[in-house]
Amino acid sequence: MLTDAIKQLKTAIIMLIIFTLLTGLIYPGLVTGLAQLLFPWQANGSMLVQNGKRLGSVLIGQSFTDPKYFWGRPSATTPYPYNAELSTGSNLGPSNPDFLKTVKERVAALQKSNPQNQVKVPVDLVTASGSGLDPDISPYGAYYQAPHIALARQIPEAQVYALIQKNIQRRIFGIFGEPRVNVLELNLALDNISMQKE
Amino acid sequence: MTENGMWQVAIYLLVLLALVQPLGWYMARVYEGKRCGLDFVLGPFERLIYKLSGVHTDREMGWKKYLSAMLVFNLLGMLFLYALQRLQFYLPLNPQSFSAVTPALSFNTAGSFITNSDWQAYGGENSLSYLTQSLGLTVQNFLSAATGMSLLMALIRGIARHETAKLGNFWVDTVRGILYILLPLSLILALGLSSQGVIQNYKPYVTAGFVKEQVIPMGPVASQVAIKQLGTNGGGFFNTNSAHPFENPNIVTNFLEMLAILLIPAALCYTFGVMVKDRRQGWAILLAMYLMFIPVTVMTITAEQYGNPALTKMGVEAKPQHNMSTGGNMEGKEVRFGIVNSALWSTATTGTSNGSVNAMHDSFTPIGGMMPLWLMHLGEVVFGGVGCGLYGMLMLVIIAVFVAGLMVGRTPEYLGKKIEPYEMKMASVAVLLMPLMALLLSAIGSVTHLGIDSLANPGAHGFSEILYAFTSMGNNNGSAFAGLNANTPLYNIAGGLEMVMLRFWMAIPVLAIAGSLARKKIIPGTVGTLSTHTFLFIILLIAVTLIIAALSFFPALALGPIVEQLMLWGQYGH
Repeated sequence: MLTDAIKQLKTAIIMLIIFTLLTGLIYPGLVTGLAQLLFPWQANGSMLVQNGKRLGSVLIGQSFTDPKYFWGRPSATTPYPYNAELSTGSNLGPSNPDFLKTVKERVAALQKSNPQNQVKVPVDLVTASGSGLDPDISPYGAYYQAPHIALARQIPEAQVYALIQKNIQRRIFGIFGEPRVNVLELNLALDNISMQKE
Repeated sequence: MTENGMWQVAIYLLVLLALVQPLGWYMARVYEGKRCGLDFVLGPFERLIYKLSGVHTDREMGWKKYLSAMLVFNLLGMLFLYALQRLQFYLPLNPQSFSAVTPALSFNTAGSFITNSDWQAYGGENSLSYLTQSLGLTVQNFLSAATGMSLLMALIRGIARHETAKLGNFWVDTVRGILYILLPLSLILALGLSSQGVIQNYKPYVTAGFVKEQVIPMGPVASQVAIKQLGTNGGGFFNTNSAHPFENPNIVTNFLEMLAILLIPAALCYTFGVMVKDRRQGWAILLAMYLMFIPVTVMTITAEQYGNPALTKMGVEAKPQHNMSTGGNMEGKEVRFGIVNSALWSTATTGTSNGSVNAMHDSFTPIGGMMPLWLMHLGEVVFGGVGCGLYGMLMLVIIAVFVAGLMVGRTPEYLGKKIEPYEMKMASVAVLLMPLMALLLSAIGSVTHLGIDSLANPGAHGFSEILYAFTSMGNNNGSAFAGLNANTPLYNIAGGLEMVMLRFWMAIPVLAIAGSLARKKIIPGTVGTLSTHTFLFIILLIAVTLIIAALSFFPALALGPIVEQLMLWGQYGH
């Protein structure tokens, strides 16, 4: 009986060691090797680099507050928005008074900075994303901001619309996913127009 | 629900259905010890493992031996994972120099990962080193998934065999499950994910920024995400799990990850059919699962698409705009997934014991958040975790057969085996333990400061947070109404104990039934035998599942999400 138990314990320990090495070291190591070989850009965070400066990851949203740029979604990360070191959503419930107050303030702020707009406020621009790092906004959210961007940059509105149009990522096969615009890429494109103008 | 939403759900479910038969057939070959194609490459390695660890493949185990092997193996894993977290500061692969994890949190996380729960009281990117993530969490993702499948195989053999005490060899089942099923699938999925932007490296965090500098976390993410989904584990590399763009950067990865969640649980139904030599039985159970999954998913999507009436009142556009905006309730959701894929994911992850999230369930509308909670209340049998979902479902099958037997006054049978008081008692223990623990702990959480001081939201929603937490841990799910601060002594220790107790306590009646069924004779069927593959039986099975969950949990749901939805409508109209 006792020798049986000892034998079982020995087997369990050896199994644990083998699988720790196999699934904890060899497997992630193999995936790392292959990913670095086959998809180095993706495996290292899809970083955008311009003139030797790392502008950030295409996949990780950044905070834009300047009226000359498109704003991304509200972010609930602490201590400041879009803190990539600790992703988090607000986790506020739909009937929480704090949540409703925050949204009300966001709606007011958005309407104030876009006085030209009489349409309803896009929901993604007044609600915090799940990760706090959402890199995208909806096309509706981008078009909503177009008039004030045009004004702030002194460029024709049509040009801003065309730029948004060009940057919309549509549903795959027209079915999967949701239409979206990457805020960092859109803002980069915006800066490029302004540079060409000068 | 929009037309596009229907297409996205329908195609997802059809692709899943198409994969059930090939994978189910393959897994049956793996567990029956037959040639499966990969043994040319991995066979020598498999034999080497047996040799090193002194396993005799021909020595099968009775149920008690199978149970003790499983327990010893898992508890050792728990000790190792605990030690790894406590010592991570002194160990390599810790470029951010994270300090040791606290004892209560280490206990919770260790318990959580060996039980396939993967409850996250930790925030990965700011507390766990790469070594802890890969050598600890990734390993337990494999081991706990393989353990669940092994337990299921013991039960299936108990049903299929007759007049024997032997249920197979736990070590062989576990080794084959990992080598031939989990590892190859994970490798393929991990590469697929990293091609789409899921990161995979061991580099220190990167500083970058356009207007303002940002510190961007790195790590071996793809390898862990792959097994976390395939093994219905669900523990994220990052704090926000699969809502984080580095875990789930676009709709392709989202589709693959959602598919991976339901893939093995659904295919195991077919494996079951093959192994009991009556494939209709497997299809019948799978159909019951689909029939429960679809309405719940449709309701969740509808509730989320409808949005929050309080926001609509403020002038927010809640209706979907064609090719422009998804509308709906976007708090806690990502634009790239929108309403449909966030809601669909939430039901896939809670129907199984996965528990990974791509949107914050805490911020769902009350009814939208109740649906994932309700799926866990069903006992996670709608697909369910790898292995444990189907053995949970088979417990309900036994109860359904028993109920049917009572109705017509015959001794109940399932697949030629008499279901007697012993099996019925064990099945009841297995089914009733989870509601008991989940409700008891929720009650304690709701009346003590230890419990309510952690709440993020007041009122009925706060109660939902507590109920969700203990339901999730009791079912080894791991998703959360994450506003709740779970990194406190009560939630860490009580929740940790709940996860460990329910997972292993449940294994005892399951294996006991397996042992008892295996010893019985097979009675040839007659005209009077209840056939368990008919539509009538499927309806009966669904009814039994729903009634048990409704009787146990309806009062609690009425106090949480239901009252919150009514108040929201009452205040803001609908």
